[in-house]
Amino acid sequence: MTAIELRGVSVALDGRPVLRELTLAIPSGSRLGLIGPNGSGKTTLLRAIAGLVPCRGEIRLGEDAAAGLSRRELARRIALVPQNPAVPAGVTVTDYVLLGRTPYIPYLGTESRRDLEIVASVLDHLDLAGFAGRRLDSLSGGERQRAVLARALAQQAPVLLLDEPTTGLDVGHQQQVLELVDTLRDDLELTVVSAMHDLTVAGQFADHLVLLDGGRVAADGPARTVLTERVIRQHYHASVRVLEDPGGGIVVIPVRPGRPASEPAERAERKVAT
Amino acid sequence: MTVTERRPGHDAPVAPGPAPARLRAGTLLAACAGLAAVALLAVLVGPVRLAPGAVLLELAGRLPLVHTHSGLSAQEAAILWQLRLPRVVLGGLVGAMLALAGAAYQGVFRNPLADPYLLGAAAGAGLGATLAIAYGPDTSGWPVDLLPMAAFAGAVAAVAAAYALGRSGVARSATTLILSGVAVAAFLTAIQTYVQQRESETLREVYGWILGRLTTAGWREVALVAPYALVSTVVILLHGRLLDVLAVGDDEASSLGVRAARVRLIVVAAATLATAAAVAVSGLIGFVGIIVPHTIRLVAGSSHRLLGPLSLIAGAAFLILADLAARTVMTPAELPIGVVTAFFGAPFFALVLRGSRQAP
Repeated sequence: MTAIELRGVSVALDGRPVLRELTLAIPSGSRLGLIGPNGSGKTTLLRAIAGLVPCRGEIRLGEDAAAGLSRRELARRIALVPQNPAVPAGVTVTDYVLLGRTPYIPYLGTESRRDLEIVASVLDHLDLAGFAGRRLDSLSGGERQRAVLARALAQQAPVLLLDEPTTGLDVGHQQQVLELVDTLRDDLELTVVSAMHDLTVAGQFADHLVLLDGGRVAADGPARTVLTERVIRQHYHASVRVLEDPGGGIVVIPVRPGRPASEPAERAERKVAT
Repeated sequence: MTVTERRPGHDAPVAPGPAPARLRAGTLLAACAGLAAVALLAVLVGPVRLAPGAVLLELAGRLPLVHTHSGLSAQEAAILWQLRLPRVVLGGLVGAMLALAGAAYQGVFRNPLADPYLLGAAAGAGLGATLAIAYGPDTSGWPVDLLPMAAFAGAVAAVAAAYALGRSGVARSATTLILSGVAVAAFLTAIQTYVQQRESETLREVYGWILGRLTTAGWREVALVAPYALVSTVVILLHGRLLDVLAVGDDEASSLGVRAARVRLIVVAAATLATAAAVAVSGLIGFVGIIVPHTIRLVAGSSHRLLGPLSLIAGAAFLILADLAARTVMTPAELPIGVVTAFFGAPFFALVLRGSRQAP
């Protein structure tokens, strides 16, 4: 079954075309990685799916046209974790995660007992129960990113959109957050679409990669076919070496063209010798 | 309300709900008691001191089915009912509206420096009042003065103009709105200054109005403010939870299913009515709309569900006290209340800021 389908979707921001006639089908339960150079339209594509930017063309969520759904209904079907989530001053982790229940709380109403129970179970699931009463702005980067994920999960939406979910995290916390997303996807049968910066990581944590360039799909398929030295040179204008990881998967390493990696060290040695 | 589910192996307490209902009710009750005490003090103190017991008996006597003999003389009763009480009630209403509107403005604009006059309400009211003072007909025989009407209309018109101007831009962001408010305020202040300079004999009266005062307080003014105060209070307090959602920004609020621009319009409209009504009867009393909500934030946290009602109560108490100081410090002369709110409010606020370990 298809979770999200885009047919000829175009978005222009301030008159500048950002997405051009994009057509894409995302099967439900899949892990899609969106890659592409800066300004290629990754964030805009996620925002278009979440209904946050006006677009031409058609976006379908399951059986329904997204344009026909109310803001609330959209928020029940799609949870978006932005690249730089706002951190309101003085808000506790519980209150922050409770914001995720907004699409289920009546306009002028307050949260029900059920909403609080869902928040408590999400906090538990993400190992955040100990932080429940802590202020969000007092958490470290990795903990905060888990709290943001918790808010998105509290929306109980079948589709989770992540915009560079590991921005600002060190390599260990990057892995923790992405492993967590993977576990959650399995537990909750989510469809996960993430915009990714790091190509190696993108290859490891997505079944399917979509490479955007200039607002169009430039390449599309499993990591092995998309992440090739030729494709990356062409679209990122980068010199990389793509290696096979003995443990499975592939590794993308940036190299400096015309300079063997060992050269500076040799030169230094020679200097010492003279 | 707390959720009592626990997973074995977790020593940490399970997530509590947002500000437990019992605690909230207790805090609000204590605040109400404080306000009542302040109001009673303000009623008793003045050139003629009234006895607390007698005043309480007199007030109780106005309740249905209660018959008491207070022992107040006819003159004392007149002072209580015609002078002190309307002034205290009006001061409370004005303070409550300015503080609540300030908290609402800070919430919808996510800007700690926002005050009720942010979108040009003060400049509009100032122009309306100046025009009424300079060119208005003599309204002494009318049931309602022209001055508050003109100030009210000016304030509402200025904010409406700022909103219309802010909407017509490409991005309808909070920043665009604030900037168009700045433009409208500057323009209206220019006209107001021009009129004031041309009609220099009105200068003193306009200046006195701008500094704010409650000297003309009577039941008529209370009746003028009360309906707007009621509507604005209900609307803003009902939007408390949504103001908390707006704290994550328009974009994220949208992705949570809230139409941020619409919530902002409703809350700004309600806060503007409250501000315009307050300004109409009291002139421009500054500072209350910033200092009261921030003090509450430092003490009780930033959730609007508690911030709104507490700002309302604390704003009322603060302005009643300020007015008490304004009319007693230099008796028989009166200080402009705006001077008092700043003179006592600023050092108090500085103390609160120093005393709190975390910034708002």
